[in-house]
Amino acid sequence: MRRYRDDPGALAGLVADDRVHRDVYIDPEVFQLEMERLWSRTWIYLGHTSQVPQPGDFITADIAAKPVIMVRHTDGKVRVLMNRCAHKGTKVVYDVAGNTGKTFRCPYHAWTYRTDGTLLNIPLKAGYEGTRLEAQGLTPITHETYRGFVFARLAGGPDFREYFGDSLSSIDNLADRSPEGELEIAGGCLRYLHNCNWKMFVENLNDTMHPMIVHASSAGTAKKLWEGKPADMPKPMAIEQYAPFANDYKFFDEMGVRVYPHGHGFSGVNFSIHSSYSSIPEYEEAMKRTYGEERAKQILGTVRHNTVYYPSLTIKGAIQSIRVARPLAADRTVIESWTFRLKGAPAKLLERTVMYNRLINSPMSVVGHDDLHCYRSAQEGLAAEGNEWVSLHRNFSEEELGKLEQTCNGTSEISMRNQFRAWREFMAP
Amino acid sequence: MTEADVVKFIYKEARLLDEKRFDEWYELFADDAYYWVPLVPGQTDPLGHNSLAYEDKLLLKLRIERLKQPNAFSQKPGSRCLHVLQAPEVEKVDGGFTVRTPFMYTETRGDESQRYAATAWHTLVHSRAGLKIKLKRVEILNADAALPSIQLFL
Repeated sequence: MRRYRDDPGALAGLVADDRVHRDVYIDPEVFQLEMERLWSRTWIYLGHTSQVPQPGDFITADIAAKPVIMVRHTDGKVRVLMNRCAHKGTKVVYDVAGNTGKTFRCPYHAWTYRTDGTLLNIPLKAGYEGTRLEAQGLTPITHETYRGFVFARLAGGPDFREYFGDSLSSIDNLADRSPEGELEIAGGCLRYLHNCNWKMFVENLNDTMHPMIVHASSAGTAKKLWEGKPADMPKPMAIEQYAPFANDYKFFDEMGVRVYPHGHGFSGVNFSIHSSYSSIPEYEEAMKRTYGEERAKQILGTVRHNTVYYPSLTIKGAIQSIRVARPLAADRTVIESWTFRLKGAPAKLLERTVMYNRLINSPMSVVGHDDLHCYRSAQEGLAAEGNEWVSLHRNFSEEELGKLEQTCNGTSEISMRNQFRAWREFMAP
Repeated sequence: MTEADVVKFIYKEARLLDEKRFDEWYELFADDAYYWVPLVPGQTDPLGHNSLAYEDKLLLKLRIERLKQPNAFSQKPGSRCLHVLQAPEVEKVDGGFTVRTPFMYTETRGDESQRYAATAWHTLVHSRAGLKIKLKRVEILNADAALPSIQLFL
């Protein structure tokens, strides 16, 4: 299985200007190369610093099919380490989160490491002379923190700021929505197993030609249930959240989409499905007190739909939730959905994001069910030979080639083309 | 109302789900009822913490009406379910009953089949129209695992 590893031309040929070969979604070798290249050379979201507030606090996750630990060291700084004992390879911690104290102690032979990864002690040291492993410790991994968001890069690749550029404005908007300018992960993590390729999920986030079709049965029913209710009856939050998924093509087209180099981008340049939520006066007052009227208006008036931090993280600033893609195989991906508490904001803000997450991102979500049905169906359909290509052509123009940042009509498929241009770049040997 | 009547009520509730008689099932709930599937064991907060489902009657109605829509694509083919219940443990409380019922739940769709071990906690209240569900809380043993789509009602 070295068809693509041994033939860089064939690999690059999977991505054309306005279409991609079906193998990008279904081929196990391509998936393996994605983990080694794209997912190792780029900045992958690991977690948020609020998950490890105290020294010794840690979380674990797999990125690019490798087990890693994010831990707060005794010096108060966050470290990212490979979760693999230098001795036999055992994971030194197995829980998804916890506090390890001042050291990690391997459960197998009790090799202990400081929380910066350096080796502290080996039992019965005499006899291990010349092992050559002592200096290794738990391998430290390059990482950067931006407003609490921790990203790791496993191999050589672009500098953090160069990689994300102005797309970081969406993280800024999310964090600025706290009257204290700080976020805190809250409410646990929904984990939804997707039996499809990770890219189908990531592409779908800014695919604005699907909601009115795929979600007609859920959002359309929500709209119908509320039809004819008296105008002065307060609209339930659930209806406010579901109904806009059934908005028309004009709405999604006028929403607008913006893309940045390296695959990042967002839809909802002008407004989004979150724009018409009821106001929460107490929160708006708190925002004005912190930022002043004009700046508060600007922050709350930025209501982006989904921002993709290619390839792993997608955020919804307007509803303070994030989704993280954790690929397992060419046809298996776990989607984690997390919610934030905006420090200094009333409890209703957390309740709103938790409700949104439950209605849209849970394995029991009626919105999610229909999305996943379509991804799964495409995963099966693409296994068929005959038509080798998947189209990304909508609103393609040759003028877009080579441009860096650009803003287009919301129903353009430019965000997908932009992602695959980054894909081709980072998949080269 | 005897303990045996309550047990009968619990069996009937599961049967309505298994026979996909969702409109009748909906009528078993009090107007202010909730159907709750927590995300973590022992979860006490449905509002500030994520759940797999926390639905009032409006959201239950939405779910039931959606299942009838010809464009509910994830229901082509449709899912089926079966609840295999352990004998319910009934406790009499002020205004009604609390019932604990461990069960095995199977949901199938086409060639795919998933199975969960779970415990149902019913809070039942007396009303003019007979016994009603005030809260059905379903604790799935592995609710915090990465789960596929669960499309019907546990």
